[in-house]
Amino acid sequence: MTVTTSTPVHKGIGGSPLRPDGTLKVTGEFAYSSDLWAEGMLYGSTLRSPHPRARIVRIDTSAAAAMAGVHAVLTSADIPGKKTYGLIADDCPVLAIDEVRYHGEPVAVVAADDLDTARRAAKAIVVEYEVLEPVSDMRRAAFDAESPRVHADRADNIVRYQPVRRGNPDAADLQDRVAVVVTREYEVGMQDQAFLGPESGLAIPTEDGGVDLHVATQWLHVDQEQMAPCLALPPEKVQLTLAGVGGAFGGREDLSMQIHASMLALRTKRPVKMVYDRRESFFGHVHRHPALMKYTHAADADGRLVYAKAQLLLDGGAYASTTDAVVGNAASLGIGPYECDDVLIEAYGLYTNNPPCGAMRGFGAVQACFAYESQMDEVAAALGMDPVEIRRINAVKEGSILPTGQRIEGPAPLREILDELVTMPMPPEPSLPEPGEPEPRTRVPGERWELPPGGYGNTTRGEGVRRGVGYGVGIKNICYSEGFDDFSTARVRLEISGGEPIASVHTAAAEVGQGLVTLQAQIARTELGVDHAVVLPADTQVGSAGSSSASRQSYMTGGAVKTACEAVRMEVIELARRKFPELLSDDESWSDIHLADGALHLGAGVATGARLLARLSDVLGTDVVEATREYHHRRTNPLDPETGQGDSHVQFAMAAHRAVVDVDVELGLVHVVQMDVVQDVGKILNRLSLEGQIQGGTAQGLGLALMEEIQTRDGLVRNPSFTDYLIPTILDMPPLNMRILEFADPNSPYGLRGAGEPPTLSSTPAIVAAVRAACGRPLRRIPLRPEQIALVEGYGDEGGEEDV
Amino acid sequence: MQVSINVNGTDYNAEVEPRHLLVRFLREDLRLTGTHWGCDTSNCGTCVVLLDGEPVKSCTVLAAMASGHSVRTVEGLEGPDGLDPVQQGFMEEHGLQCGFCTPGMMLTARALLDRNHDPSEEQIREAISGQLCRCTGYLNIVRAVRWAAEHQARAQTESPSQSETAGV
Repeated sequence: MTVTTSTPVHKGIGGSPLRPDGTLKVTGEFAYSSDLWAEGMLYGSTLRSPHPRARIVRIDTSAAAAMAGVHAVLTSADIPGKKTYGLIADDCPVLAIDEVRYHGEPVAVVAADDLDTARRAAKAIVVEYEVLEPVSDMRRAAFDAESPRVHADRADNIVRYQPVRRGNPDAADLQDRVAVVVTREYEVGMQDQAFLGPESGLAIPTEDGGVDLHVATQWLHVDQEQMAPCLALPPEKVQLTLAGVGGAFGGREDLSMQIHASMLALRTKRPVKMVYDRRESFFGHVHRHPALMKYTHAADADGRLVYAKAQLLLDGGAYASTTDAVVGNAASLGIGPYECDDVLIEAYGLYTNNPPCGAMRGFGAVQACFAYESQMDEVAAALGMDPVEIRRINAVKEGSILPTGQRIEGPAPLREILDELVTMPMPPEPSLPEPGEPEPRTRVPGERWELPPGGYGNTTRGEGVRRGVGYGVGIKNICYSEGFDDFSTARVRLEISGGEPIASVHTAAAEVGQGLVTLQAQIARTELGVDHAVVLPADTQVGSAGSSSASRQSYMTGGAVKTACEAVRMEVIELARRKFPELLSDDESWSDIHLADGALHLGAGVATGARLLARLSDVLGTDVVEATREYHHRRTNPLDPETGQGDSHVQFAMAAHRAVVDVDVELGLVHVVQMDVVQDVGKILNRLSLEGQIQGGTAQGLGLALMEEIQTRDGLVRNPSFTDYLIPTILDMPPLNMRILEFADPNSPYGLRGAGEPPTLSSTPAIVAAVRAACGRPLRRIPLRPEQIALVEGYGDEGGEEDV
Repeated sequence: MQVSINVNGTDYNAEVEPRHLLVRFLREDLRLTGTHWGCDTSNCGTCVVLLDGEPVKSCTVLAAMASGHSVRTVEGLEGPDGLDPVQQGFMEEHGLQCGFCTPGMMLTARALLDRNHDPSEEQIREAISGQLCRCTGYLNIVRAVRWAAEHQARAQTESPSQSETAGV
């Protein structure tokens, strides 16, 4: 297998044409969901629970309803249809029913003439609660039979338990080979997607009694599917159009204000707009599952893994959301991209009264990755081995068998990725100021940006600064797994306008910033040989595209657009054959016709002697050719509930990072000096968009390593603001050097691999490993806190056992 | 209370509540929704506008404080000759993904380039260090601003000869 390089086609696949939405986004005209406006519209507001767990004794809406300018005050009693919804299990109340199960759960909604009135009215609703003891410790939720149950109708607090058993890690004959055994516990805090555009949308009642909702979401059709029964409407009376999306990262996969605004619009017969403020946004969407993980890795003297055991607890919070699938990922990818024949992984997704958790970039694979990569470093250290070498020795490759029994089909070039990574240049060594030289923070920025850890706040002369280098590798499943058919649909139309052929592409796929609109047009240009391709607004007037998640849209909606283009192309050729049968001689075949440069050619390219047959404008005339196609990935299978065996995943993608950090070991502060990343993407479809995904994914992994955590105490969220929930600024983000490999996947469109998530996985453990190398502390909980690095021995690492 | 604010070259006389923020005035009263509202706590910078040429977070300025001053928003970036080099740079260098932070980033970049035609990467980083982007990891934003600096410089070295020609 060789590394290939792309030859860019003008504005087609492999090129980097400008985003079609770019002009609107730089002129301020792009309409985000929070910018929408309709004549006569009302504003909605939500009353949320102040308690993580309480019984609702009484709700009195009379004072709120009597306020001037208030048009509706609705509680669960007013839900027109089904009172609960959910992506996998429908256990989440539209508005709290008799009980609240997390801090911030919606209890009532209000519509009023303006936002201030709506908020005041929400505050005027009287709710009498009987406060109950919350289930806030996921260990108790999992294993304490005395723990209260979050959902009284369930036998326990376990959303899903998924073991994966391969071989027998306890087999006596394995022990002879074991040179080291490392058992450690790890913890991951609750990360937030922190998209900048708040949850928002505009619901407009229609004349036929339905509702049109303009909303920022990741999957229009799954919103529709969940909304319609709750609104007691047939799905066709609930139409959705994608409004401008200000980032998503998984946080818009679950419903937020969709049903609430629609209920209010149906009740008031007026358009209703809802926009969360930042505080409400922290309560208004699910987060990344916090995790407690206990791992044992055993290796032989050469560093080869002999067996591995892992127990992962994932805190799903009050409602199921996508916890089921997150558990499936954590279990099936639990020891990462390494070969090991004797494995036991046990993954639990739990109900607690903490904030609900669901999808965030990396989806279950992120938490496991932090643990298994930390373990690989521990094993290497115990053996005195190089951290890259131990990963090379154990790396999966094409044909490797994962713990689930699934064989990796197609390239799995982890060794090639690592070999590339170690050739990348390192930054210059840090230097302490000489006596008499100014302290680092006052240096005039020179060639390179080198603030000390802590930036301008660091008043030392850098005496406590130590440099560290660390590595991280991640493996992510692409597309939905475990038997789910997450197909996508595309409608492609080709016609002549102003003498020029124009392709228009219509899908329901959500552009959330990743650049899917650019890619759809690139595919249409490449497949139809036209210059002008238009991507129509995404809505529910065309079939489902599935979600903009799981790094799947290039694969799935890309595949659908490609397939629909192929159908259009065949019809165009058929049209040519009917209209101009004389174009080809008897020994030439219509199946050898290609579309390029707005014309039909015999043969694949001008360079190979292709012959121009006819312009598309002549072939089409006033005819319009249109095709709608669904694209399905190959079938997958559920994991066996007892053994965890099954071909559960469609495709795998891998990335590796190297992080270089400066750590002030006395102050506990970290400055990431440089990061390097290598990722295999199968095929580069759009280099600019791809690089943007890898850069952004790396930054979010950096955030999880160093700063991002929703902090809860007894179920109460303590930091719902950007003052207290920190995300990386540009001063936190180091230079990122990147190498991209193209080992084509024979089964995917163009050979591509989904690319958005893998860099989020590997970034985090690389940074933490680098900080460990600098400060010599175990650091088994993320995000890292200064006190873990600098203060009391073992602080924040209570769970970790010492060397076994 | 009565305010008079020049926004993108147009004088607006309006009645506002004294408590209303400039971002609210721009978005709700003038419906200039290119100025975004992202956090309420002056952290994110999606609401950055230029107040008398200086970047400010318009959620930290009362509409009343802007009275008698001039405000430039993203809607006022484009000139008679087309997009500002900063706008073009964000497109060319893929300095935006979801684009929610982009107007604020561009206005800060505009102010930087107005006083420093050739900023270093470090100076660009420092200029936008008070604003958040969640999509890009910032690296392409730096490139976008550099693109603007280079193309602005090129345009300025070309324009004197053009004006001379016009003078003749």
